[in-house]
This record gives sequence, C-alpha cells and structure tokens, in this order.
Amino acid sequence: MLLEVKDLNISYGDKLTVSGVDLELNTGEIMSIVGESGSGKTTVIRAIMGCLPGRGHVSGGSIIFEGRDMLKNTPKEWRQLCGREMSMIFQDSGNMINPIRRIGEQFVNYIRTHAPEKTKAKAVEMAKDMLNKVRLPNPESIMQSYPFELSGGMRQRVGIAMAMVFRPKLLLADEPTSALDVTTQAQIIRQIVDIRNEFGVAVILVTHNLGVASYVSNKLVVMKNGRVVESGKREVISDPQDAYTKELLAAVPVVGEVKYYDR
Amino acid sequence: MTANQPPVVLEIKNLTKKFAVDGGRVLTACDNISLKAYAGQTLGIIGESGCGKSTLVRTVLQIHPATSGEVIFEGQDILKLRGEAARQNRRKIQMVFQDPAAAFNPKMKVKEIVTEPLLNFGLIKKSEVDARAAELLQMVELPVEFMDRYPHNMSGGQRQRLGIARALSLEPKIVVCDEATSALDVSVQEKICELLVRLQKEKGITYLFICHDIGLVDLMCHQVAVMYLGNVVEYIGGGRRISTEGMHPYTKVLLKAVFKVDFKPGERIEPLESEVPSPLDLPQGCPFASRCEFCTDICRQQKPQLKEVAHGHLVACHLVK
Ligand SMILES: Nc1ncnc2c1ncn2[C@@H]1O[C@H](COP(=O)(O)OP(=O)(O)OP(=O)(O)O)[C@@H](O)[C@H]1O
Ligand SMILES: Nc1ncnc2c1ncn2[C@@H]1O[C@H](COP(=O)(O)OP(=O)(O)OP(=O)(O)O)[C@@H](O)[C@H]1O
Ligand code: SF4
Ligand SMILES: [Mg+2]
Ligand SMILES: [Mg+2]
Repeated sequence: MLLEVKDLNISYGDKLTVSGVDLELNTGEIMSIVGESGSGKTTVIRAIMGCLPGRGHVSGGSIIFEGRDMLKNTPKEWRQLCGREMSMIFQDSGNMINPIRRIGEQFVNYIRTHAPEKTKAKAVEMAKDMLNKVRLPNPESIMQSYPFELSGGMRQRVGIAMAMVFRPKLLLADEPTSALDVTTQAQIIRQIVDIRNEFGVAVILVTHNLGVASYVSNKLVVMKNGRVVESGKREVISDPQDAYTKELLAAVPVVGEVKYYDR
Repeated sequence: MTANQPPVVLEIKNLTKKFAVDGGRVLTACDNISLKAYAGQTLGIIGESGCGKSTLVRTVLQIHPATSGEVIFEGQDILKLRGEAARQNRRKIQMVFQDPAAAFNPKMKVKEIVTEPLLNFGLIKKSEVDARAAELLQMVELPVEFMDRYPHNMSGGQRQRLGIARALSLEPKIVVCDEATSALDVSVQEKICELLVRLQKEKGITYLFICHDIGLVDLMCHQVAVMYLGNVVEYIGGGRRISTEGMHPYTKVLLKAVFKVDFKPGERIEPLESEVPSPLDLPQGCPFASRCEFCTDICRQQKPQLKEVAHGHLVACHLVK
C-alpha cells in the first residue's frame, strides 16, 4: 500500500470540515474524487500534501505514506517530500507559473529549489527531458517562451512536467482539466494515463467531470458534506448505491437531451 | 422557428482584437468576428483554450480596447461610450469572470462583495446590506452564514457562485458567463442553470455563455458559436442542434472528444493530437487547415467565409456547399 488514509478528520479553526475519510491507494493506481462543491475534496488532498491553508489542520485519524506516518513530519521533512516524493498540479498551472518570466527560467528555478545540488546545466537538461516526455514539441523553444505564448493545454503539460521531474510516487491533481476545452482535456487525461504507465506513479484526481472519472479511474470516491458517501471501482458509476451518487449521475448534462428552457 | 425569433439585443460587428507582445510582434486573439445575441436567449461560445473567447467578451465589456469593429447595444456602439454613459451601460451588461479568485478583493467580506454593485449604483442603503446579501446567497444555494466570511476561506465552486450572485444582483439585460459553472459539481451546476433559465424567462435576460462542457452548452443555449484560432467557424441557431446538425470538421472533432459517463471499458477517446497554430502568425487560408483531415490545397490558400447552410446556421468550410 502506497497511501493509506484512515478515519481522517480535518478542521478549519475549530470547525470540523472533513470527517471519517478512508482512502487506500496502491502504486500505479488512479483514484478519482468526485462530489459536492464544498464537500472537502481539495481539503483532503491538501492534507495529504501537508499544505492545508489558513487555520486548516488534521484533527483526527492518520495518513500513512510508504509506511511513514505523515502527521509526524516536521516542516523540514515536508519540504523534502513535496515535489520529490509527491507533487501536485492545479486547475490552471499557467496561473501558478509567473506570467512575466520565461518557462525555462521558472522550470530550472523550480528544480534547483527542490534540489540545490543540481547544476544549472543539469537542471536545464532535466527540464528539457521532462518536456519531451509530456510530448511537448520542441522543448528548446518552449523553454524560451512566456506562459501567454502557450495554449492552456501546453501550460498544463508544463505543469505536469514540473510535477513529474523528480519522479514522485504520488501525483495529486486538483481539477486539472476544468479550465480546458474538451480536446485539450482529452489530451491531458491521456497524458496522465501515459505518465502513470511510464513511471508507475499513483494519481489522485479531483474532478467534476464524471465522464473523465469513469474513463481513467481504478478507484472512485464520492464525497458530500465532508464525508465519503460511496467508494469502489467502476461500479460506483455503473451501479451506484448511494442516493447522492445517483443524484450526481442524473445531473450530468448530455449532448442532445431536452434543453433546460424546454423543461 | 423564423416567426418567433426575438429581437437582436447585442450585435458584434467585425470585431478584431490584437495584442502587441514581446519583440514587436502582434497576437491576433479575435479576427473580424460578427455575432448576434437575441433578447431573452442564450448564445453559447465554445472552442479550444486560447481561441479568443474571453478576449471577445472582455472587448465587448470594454475591459480592453478593440483594435477595430463595433458592438451595438440599444441602438449605439457601446465601444464608443465614455465616462458616466459607460458606467450606466455597465450596469446593464454584467460579467461572471472565469477566475473568481482573481476577480474579488480579498479584503472584502462575502456580503460586501455581493452587494458592492448595488451600493455603487445607489440601489440599496448600507443598512440593507445584510438582508440583500442573504437573499443573493440563498439564490445561488450558498449558506447565509457565509456572508461574514472572506472569499479565500471558501471552496472554488462556492466562490464561483458568489460571482454569479454578484452579476445577477443588478438585474442586468445581458449577463456574460465566462466558464461560470466549471468549478461546480454537476448537481449544483444543474440548479444554477435552472436558476439562470428561470430568471431569463421572467426578466428576459440574454446570456453569453462561454463553456467547455459541450453537453451543458447544448442544453443551455439557443445559438452556439464555435470558435477556432480567433475566428467563428460555425454558428448554429434556428432551432438546430450542435449534436445532430453540427457540420464544421472542427465542431465534429469537439463532439468526439467528450468523455461519456457510460463509456464501455476499453473504449478509446480520440482527441486531436497536434497543437493549434500560434496566434502570432495566423495561417492565410482556413484557420483549421493544419489539423483538418479533409484539408485540400484550396483550404491552405483561401480562407473560407461563413455561409448560410440553413436558416440561422452558418458554416465556414470549403467542403460545405
Ligand atoms: N481556508 C479556509 N478556511 C476556512 N474554511 C475553508 C477554507 N478553505 C475551504 N474552506 C471550507 O471547507 C469546505 C471544503 O472546502 P474544499 O475547498 O475542500 O471543497 P471542495 O470539495 O474542493 O469544493 P469545490 O468542488 O467547490 O472546489 C468548504 O465549505 C469551504 O468553505
Ligand atoms: N493581455 C494579453 N496579452 C497578450 N496576449 C493575450 C492577452 N490576453 C490574451 N492573450 C492571448 O490571446 C489568445 C486568446 O486568449 P483568450 O484568453 O481569449 O482565450 P480563451 O478562448 O478564453 O481560452 P480559455 O478557454 O483557455 O479561457 C491567447 O493566445 C492568449 O494567450
Ligand atoms: S476549409 Fe478545408 S481545412 Fe478548413 S475545415 Fe473545411 S475542409 Fe477543413
Ligand atoms: Mg476544490
Ligand atoms: Mg477564457
């Protein structure tokens, strides 16, 4: 077992926000977390990364990663883990990237912050190699580009390349395709699957797109109101048991159905 | 369908927006776009990331100046409005921004954010803020207790609903929704869309609805414009549906890339693999030529113009006669 989350409670200040969450993930598995807006999906994956915002803290339960109790980590240990053992991509990695600095400069900087022992030349080589691996054509010119010169999909690939450069064992992706059109979304989802196949990384994917979740996941988790209401394999979608899962599935807008204004 | 077509409320005419970028180069984000939106109806805009959807609506809202073109609303070119006239006009055309995190002042509380436009236009008094904020929050399915929070203490989808409540608060004629529901779960999204449709029927609001979810666009919109590399390549109205009557090769590619919930295990999804050309040097022929499986010589030389293929349905493709 790569990651084992047991009976996790998370609070913001003294407000209990997430409770009793259990998750189990093996190397090379993709798990999707879907569910209600505000139910705590982002909160859960941030807790796993050790980066809860504001007054957020784990108030109960355990997070075991590679046999280690994550809740015992010192800030220094977290810094050594993040980026190297586990890493995260966001809705628009383009936003995370500084708009006025070239991609290459930022990538090299990122590598050297996490691995000060690398020379600049080595970092450049690692960056280009990784851009190649996420199938960005012409890494040389990508390195020279400013973020606005790249499409949303290309920026997201850069985000994946940065997240994967140290070959982490766990990749956390918070709505990585919500800001992308369907073609680009399909490319990025395939990219995530390819990365999993090539590096054996485990992935937790938070998404509102049940089609995406159904397509990529080995495991699915449905959250509502701070709790997991249903979890399992594909049958969560093909044969849902919980009323909320059914409600979600019924609400998916499907091309060709009756228009909202005719209902 | 012809008989009950409502009047045009917003007409975008030959709108072009170019950005000057690093090294003296020019990026064409919107290339001579013409579109009509009708009273009490929803015009959808779809297309690849970076094709110019946000730039188009931001130009219409005068967030940045147009390079050329006009936008006619209530009989005048609103791009020419200045000062108080522009301010009054903004009250009638509201926008829900793509990235609500960036759109709100982080030092303001939720109740101040949702009621700010009402206070600015003198439509409510300070003493009415709490009551009005509560109404607006309830309208978008947010707990009333959220009014004393700050936006960064909310989830992505909660912030997005704040943007919607704020835009609707002034009872505008036109609401521009730029990916307004992308951070919502589908159940809340459905409720918000039902709310938008109900308000549309009651108050005759027109929506410009930019959205990556093709299914949602199909269900929400009376007309759909498909954009590619700064151009409108297809406009489907007149009661036709993108799912069954979409004709442009790019439109068909989009439809094929949708992830279906009931996909069969092992079923593959086949997106376009190549990258879109750079908006820094637009091709002289068809904008889609470099990725189109039907591309012929004429496509690379001559840019196809939008042609009416049926009432209210226009397509720009040499293949389509
Ligand atoms: N920094 C914070 N301080 C206090 N409360 C917070 C903070 N961040 C989030 N919350 C609250 O915690 C709950 C869970 O938020 P979270 O962001 O994890 O939801 P989510 O499931 O990711 O939702 P979405 O799908 O809308 O992104 C929400 O009710 C939210 O308002
Ligand atoms: N201020 C700016 N300066 C320079 N280029 C810009 C600016 N704003 C947008 N662009 C460029 O204009 C093009 C269109 O961008 P726009 O944001 O309108 O696309 P979009 O269709 O809304 O994409 P998305 O679906 O990703 O939101 C892109 O190539 C973008 O990089
Ligand atoms: S004009 Fe030619 S290249 Fe363009 S979409 Fe039609 S067939 Fe394809
Ligand atoms: Mg979230
Ligand atoms: Mg946009």
